[in-house]
Amino acid sequence: MNSLIDFLSLADPNIRFVVIGSILLTASSAIVGTFTFLHKKSLVGDAIAHAVLPGICLGFILSGTKNPAYLIVGAFITGWLSLVSVEFITRRTRIKEDTAIGLVLSVFFGVGIVMLTVIQKSGNAAQSGLDHFLFGKAAALVGEDLMVFGTVAVVLLLCVFLLFKEFSLLAFDKAYAQSIGLPVRRIELVLTSLIVLAVVIGIQAVGVVLMAAILITPAAAARFWTHKVGVMVFLASVFGAFSGLAGAYISYIAPAMPTGPWIVIVISTIAFISFFLAPRRGVISRLVRQRSIRRTINNENVLKTLYQLGEESKNFLRPHAEADILHKRRYPAALLASVLHRLQRQGYVQRTGTAWQLTEEGMSRGQRVVKIHRLWELYLTTHVNIAPDHVHDDADTIEHLLTPELETELERLLNYPRVDPHQAEIPYKKPV
Amino acid sequence: MNDLYIILTASLVACSCGLLGCFLILRKMAMVGDAISHAVLPGIVIAFLLSGSRDSLTMLLGAGLIGMLTTFLIEFLHKKARLQTDASIGVTFTWLFAIGVVLISLFAGKVDLDQDCVLYGEIAYVPLDMLLSPTGLIFGPRALYIMGAIFTLIVLFIAFGYKELLLTTFDPAFASALGISATFWHYLLMGAVSATTVASFESVGAILVVALLIGPAATAYLLTDNFLVMLVLACIAGVLVSFSGYYVAVWLDGSIAGAIAGMTGLLFALAMLFSPTHGVLFKKLRMTSNEVPAPGPTT
Repeated sequence: MNSLIDFLSLADPNIRFVVIGSILLTASSAIVGTFTFLHKKSLVGDAIAHAVLPGICLGFILSGTKNPAYLIVGAFITGWLSLVSVEFITRRTRIKEDTAIGLVLSVFFGVGIVMLTVIQKSGNAAQSGLDHFLFGKAAALVGEDLMVFGTVAVVLLLCVFLLFKEFSLLAFDKAYAQSIGLPVRRIELVLTSLIVLAVVIGIQAVGVVLMAAILITPAAAARFWTHKVGVMVFLASVFGAFSGLAGAYISYIAPAMPTGPWIVIVISTIAFISFFLAPRRGVISRLVRQRSIRRTINNENVLKTLYQLGEESKNFLRPHAEADILHKRRYPAALLASVLHRLQRQGYVQRTGTAWQLTEEGMSRGQRVVKIHRLWELYLTTHVNIAPDHVHDDADTIEHLLTPELETELERLLNYPRVDPHQAEIPYKKPV
Repeated sequence: MNDLYIILTASLVACSCGLLGCFLILRKMAMVGDAISHAVLPGIVIAFLLSGSRDSLTMLLGAGLIGMLTTFLIEFLHKKARLQTDASIGVTFTWLFAIGVVLISLFAGKVDLDQDCVLYGEIAYVPLDMLLSPTGLIFGPRALYIMGAIFTLIVLFIAFGYKELLLTTFDPAFASALGISATFWHYLLMGAVSATTVASFESVGAILVVALLIGPAATAYLLTDNFLVMLVLACIAGVLVSFSGYYVAVWLDGSIAGAIAGMTGLLFALAMLFSPTHGVLFKKLRMTSNEVPAPGPTT
């Protein structure tokens, strides 16, 4: 616990640089990454991340120093070049975009590796630490780096803030943006430049290979909690900043641990938690919702069958054996038994011996389903001009979905008809 | 002799990857191949810890499983969590790769792997690890035998599953009408990609595997419309880049894997510009020669 307090108090200037640096790098990448994600350019981000390596080496070869400013310029040039190549290949040949991305990514990276190994063997003493770009060096950030990255981060944030509306619009409705006269091409150009910039400074934290993660993963996680772009950008930056902080802390208490991969593991964990547990969009909540809908449909189908059996015998409260129900409508026998028991608990049916009979509530609910089914069949034949032998399946679906308001509307529209297209009676009043 | 061993090993890797790559790029799954080649890392480390050796069957199996897990996870995130495809690929492989790197640092003393080697391999050391008979006879580098076995397996896999692979690639609906399970062949193909990745990993590293999976196949795709010819061309392209890449690396005194990846790009660029059927230049030429003279002014 003491180490945590030491860490968070930021008393040690080295820790201060590392913490502020990591948070700055991950949060600003996450903010730009949100738009990368929304524009469906996640893998393009990955390609840029790999493609900046030769640029960094080139910057070093030409300038002879590890001054971040030169390296950033070099990285920016090759990062852009990779994007142009991907676009050229996709447009001018029959190669698909994913293949072009993979090809450009590996070729640029391969060239970068050759340059890196050549530099390493050149004996230039200044080169040591250049390979930090492969896996990041968040734990080795110093004040000078921070100045450069801080400036870039401010530029990024300012651009995103000023062009927020344009970026969002382009992500969702490019055609509309074009039609209201926005300079779509130029805005995309700005966004791509921002992605390249974010990558160039982000690889300081996690390295080339894992860069895609701090760009995309916070946005992917945030997407599961909200529908609003503004909230999403905010959440992504919080997730990113937290993972940066956590990564820095882990390598503080365990110095042998690499910071970059830990940042990625933390942010991935947040993402997986979001994928599964987020309300509404999460996997679990979606499964629960699906199950409850499936149950409602099964319930209503059994009630409907019992009601139809009642119509045949003109006695809605007569008990029916499970075999009779199965004869009328095909179910797996085990499913029918479990649905009947559930209906009994909910008070819609009651058991007499081995047979089942509808209660008052069960009868009126079964009646409502049958009524909607027949009304809908009639509606489809009279208003949508569908042949009477083609309307059953659609009615089978809609009978579980129609709200009471729409039900009234439908009755009024059809003027309370007496029979459906198959001459079956449409039940309104409570039949006893 | 050492040169020859290295070039031969690289060529075998290139041919195995090139053959599989043809299927990957036609299935629009090039980036899944990229993802698998990164994601097998934790599998390799864990198998290494469990078995204690580099070239064991455990390693191949472990990594094959991780590869299929990657494929499964990508599909799960896409279908069940409704995450867009590009993001589900990106999230999955970075996560697994990060776990792999952390595992390497965690067991730094016990695992004879380092981060750089993972990325760009140590193909220059191939001739140092010779397979010896008990009597001391030298049979040749171990990696050469492993890659030879993998290449044979891949060729057999494609030869026996040719019809199924072809149908599920080009017309999945027709394939399933014939009773061929697209899912089954999908996972089998991904298993083969993972196994090849793992076997090639040590010699050439993750990044060259990606280059060789995509580059030669994409080059071949620009040169022919016949799938069988495409497979052969991909192998030829693979051997070509292995040769030229090796000598470029020797000339520059740099990484061999990196140079081979670079040559892959060069070969692709040549095919892209000069391919008689699909090249950019010839397309342009054809367009100009077919140009109809502008109609004169009408009166």
